[in-house]
Amino acid sequence: MDLHELTAGYALDALDPAERVAHEEHLSSCERCREDLQAFWQVSGALAHATGGPMPPASLRGRILEQARSERSNVVPFRRRRFVAPALSSAAAVAAVAAIGLGLWATSLSRDLDGAESELAVLGDPTARTYESASGEANLVVTASGEAALVVRTLAPAPAGKDYEIWIFENGVARRAGLFERPGVALLTRRLEPGQSVAVTLEVDGGVDAPTRAALFTTSSA
Amino acid sequence: MLRRDLAHLSDEALVALVSRSEESALAELYDRVGGIAYGLAFRILRDESLAEDAVQDAFLDLWRSAGSFIPERAKASTWILTLVHRRAVDLVRREQRRRTEPLENAPEPTEGSAEEAAWLRLDRERVQSALAKLPDQQREAIELAYYGGYSQSELAERLGEPLGTIKSRMFSGLSRLRELLGNGLESSGTERTPWTSTS
Repeated sequence: MDLHELTAGYALDALDPAERVAHEEHLSSCERCREDLQAFWQVSGALAHATGGPMPPASLRGRILEQARSERSNVVPFRRRRFVAPALSSAAAVAAVAAIGLGLWATSLSRDLDGAESELAVLGDPTARTYESASGEANLVVTASGEAALVVRTLAPAPAGKDYEIWIFENGVARRAGLFERPGVALLTRRLEPGQSVAVTLEVDGGVDAPTRAALFTTSSA
Repeated sequence: MLRRDLAHLSDEALVALVSRSEESALAELYDRVGGIAYGLAFRILRDESLAEDAVQDAFLDLWRSAGSFIPERAKASTWILTLVHRRAVDLVRREQRRRTEPLENAPEPTEGSAEEAAWLRLDRERVQSALAKLPDQQREAIELAYYGGYSQSELAERLGEPLGTIKSRMFSGLSRLRELLGNGLESSGTERTPWTSTS
């Protein structure tokens, strides 16, 4: 029996359990079969799309999400540190917060980050860790090399003429780290060092050089 | 609110977010793929509650193992449907519920936008016309395996053919389908999330 042929049965889930395990072993060492599998999965995906059939009951979605929520485990929850950083009320407050030791600062990203491929690169990086903000407004995802993204949940879309601006604190100074208009995924435009904090303020369109408003939330990569 | 604002993300970026335990990304993926997933599970299991179990188990598999997804290997939607299919097949074998009719006319999906329904119908027609071009025995082997949940050895017994013959048929049939579907595989009509910039 030609082992390569079994890739078709594998893609259709038509192998017996023992055979399935054995073929996975084979796949790990056979480039040709991995390529076949990639193509066969496209075919089985097309077969799946061609099924038609009834729609699921509306309750299924809620049950799945509820169960998922109860298993949520790999996010580092926000812990209040001894220097609690309350909402930053002004640029002066930013300096004050920094004065009590919030960190060493970022080097700007040499690589241009743009668009969804970069989002995927950060969010999908297996080395990345996830940190939650105090009240769950956002998660900060940081790769081992310091590339970072904010996953913002609770903000309303920015009003006309305004943008949300992201800040990283660097030597007591809030450095611009990107703009966004609505909740979702926002990439930071500069690298984050371990332990550094990030804040978000609402500013005029296009952003400003230093924060002028109170921080809507802060989160820290520690 | 966030879910709507994840709409610009690709399925793959959503899976990456799911690996960060972002529940809203799981919800968005369910909204994109859940209907097709349930249709597939129902087709195999012919039972509403078992189909729900298969879809729920598969999405929880996704929730737990999204970090192991490799975007270079498969589209995210394909991967999710693979998880659903495997769960459904495991269930149908355990429950011994399998029906023997190879194909029947499934009802049209009853929800979703008209545009979405039209794309899905095009997908179905394309795949069904490709299936129709296969030699009968190859088509039968693929349909009984994929939609019926039969393993190769069960098929050999059922059809009274040597196991090696079944294996070859399935390989030839799938290879031929791959040729027949050709480029259409890369740009499925249900792909509605091109890479877009957020800026």
